[in-house]
Amino acid sequence: MKLLTGNDLATGDVIWWTGKGWSRHVGDAVDVGAEGDIIAAAESAARRVNVAYVVDAEPGTNGPLPLHIKERIRASGPTVRADLAINAEIPIVKA
Amino acid sequence: MYIYDTFDQSMVNTRVEEFRDQAARRLAGTLTEEQFRPLRLMNGLYLQLHAYMLRVAIPYGTLSGKQMRMLGAIARKYDKDYGHFTTRQNIQYNWIKLEECADLLADLASVEMHAIQTSGNCIRNISSDQYAGVSADEVADPRPWAELLRQWSSFHPEFTYLPRKFKIAVIASKEDRAAMRLHDIGLELVERDGRIGARVFVGGGMGRTPMIAPEIRDFVTEDEIISYVEACLRVYNRYGRRDNKYKARIKILVHEMGADEYRRQVEEEFAHMKTLGLDPPIAELNRIRAHFADPAYEAGLSDDIDRSDPDFALWLDQNVAPHKRPGYAIATISLKPVGGIPGDASSAQMELMADLAERYSMDELRVTHAQNIVLPYVKKADLYALWQELDGAGLAPANLDLITDIIACPGLDYCSLANARSIPVAQKIAQRFTANGKEKAIGELKLKISGCINACGHHHAGHIGILGVDRKGTENYQLLLGGSGAEDTSLGTITGPGFDENGIVDAIEKVTDLYLAQREGGERFLDTYRRLGMAPFKEVIYG
Repeated sequence: MKLLTGNDLATGDVIWWTGKGWSRHVGDAVDVGAEGDIIAAAESAARRVNVAYVVDAEPGTNGPLPLHIKERIRASGPTVRADLAINAEIPIVKA
Repeated sequence: MYIYDTFDQSMVNTRVEEFRDQAARRLAGTLTEEQFRPLRLMNGLYLQLHAYMLRVAIPYGTLSGKQMRMLGAIARKYDKDYGHFTTRQNIQYNWIKLEECADLLADLASVEMHAIQTSGNCIRNISSDQYAGVSADEVADPRPWAELLRQWSSFHPEFTYLPRKFKIAVIASKEDRAAMRLHDIGLELVERDGRIGARVFVGGGMGRTPMIAPEIRDFVTEDEIISYVEACLRVYNRYGRRDNKYKARIKILVHEMGADEYRRQVEEEFAHMKTLGLDPPIAELNRIRAHFADPAYEAGLSDDIDRSDPDFALWLDQNVAPHKRPGYAIATISLKPVGGIPGDASSAQMELMADLAERYSMDELRVTHAQNIVLPYVKKADLYALWQELDGAGLAPANLDLITDIIACPGLDYCSLANARSIPVAQKIAQRFTANGKEKAIGELKLKISGCINACGHHHAGHIGILGVDRKGTENYQLLLGGSGAEDTSLGTITGPGFDENGIVDAIEKVTDLYLAQREGGERFLDTYRRLGMAPFKEVIYG
């Protein structure tokens, strides 16, 4: 599956496309299939996202999980600051 | 310390308002990200893994108490209550909002600071020796030249769009505490026949192609340093590889052209430069030099220190260095607590360090490339009181230059360029060597970790270096031995196949155990490695 992600233009927060808007939680993300680039272009033009791009993902227990470790850390927050994590439950290293 | 004149202040204030307008236009959509990106980078604002990251320049690592206090206030007001001191003697904030960034820069400008020249293909913040002005072995305080270079390079139209970024270090001691020969240009101030001048090294660097800078000039007089550096840059600007980002640093040019041919061209350019009269008048250097005059040292101070508190004595022996003046000492605050994040400091810690600098160090601090903080002017009589306050704030690890005093880049926890995490590995190593009690027995061992080939964690220059790589989507760590960023500069050699996060810690314990078993006399780990060579270390790791 494919997820669309980027950063909030004003705050820089990592955000994920939910099908209706953007969420800070990867668990809310939806599979964008082949539509990612089209959605990214429209949302970027509307300044609702900055530097949007598509990542590969797989279904997880609590919603989709990016395949690559870099995107999992983006989704969870820095692994060395649990107090700043968005979702510290996200497995960083694939089982 | 250098104090801004009205021109400096006006330049920085103007830049803040220019950025405020640029950011507003980006937020309003009249600038695209493609248009805005180079503008924000010229003001130190990156888009990193989790958010915008702002890198603030700390020229040659020197700060006043007021400036350090502002860095703490900024961390509290605009970030998540902490900042990260870097291997370039700067500070980075990891969670900056674009909509607030201009206000942040205005706060910085109010204490004569900015984020200019911390990104982009320009001459970056000049680095120097953290003991500048207070070590007994220097021929002069190198910071006036660093400041002169800063002023000369700021917004220099000819060098704003170089083939690649450009880093200059200035030192003035035989002992190199700034990794001078691993910079694009390294200047070592020396004295010849009663005159101050510089040895000039060009073409060093780390990154994916590490190189030690060859000496290009054995002496250039102090009044011609700027024009000589300009000649070095002009040759680079003309022939640097703009066609290939990975071959665009000056080290590649010097290597491919050959040091002799590069030197010939620089000398030719230098001869031309001298006809133009571009060097700043010596009066300007003297104006700057006056800002770095010795502070009002007290005479007749005692050198005696009460060592009866054993924990204080440990810190004293490890973190306090001799000062050029009787009765004074140089104290290093380690930002490497076991289990902590190398180089990170909370707002409260920054504010405390600012207070302590004002009370105990003539209102001055230095950031080191090893991600620690130096108080350069502490009376020996004040050391115990200082240590007590540091200890109460978690700022008194007695581990300077030991295996737990680890340089680590932010790695994959924060950096979008990284391939692997650096910080958790640093934490595991520090925990292992604290638990096994070998840290003190091993003695000086500079361990440096980078989360990718760009080498922000200086892994090439570590007595032990670690490079994090991505192996089919999994973090993997290569081990290097034998590097040094000191006056005996050398580049580490990879031992062999890499390890996972736990395996690399085991491997390091094996090589340090071999060192403990094989060392002779007062050898450091690096000395034993150089005497024995790689073979026995490989054998103990992989055998």
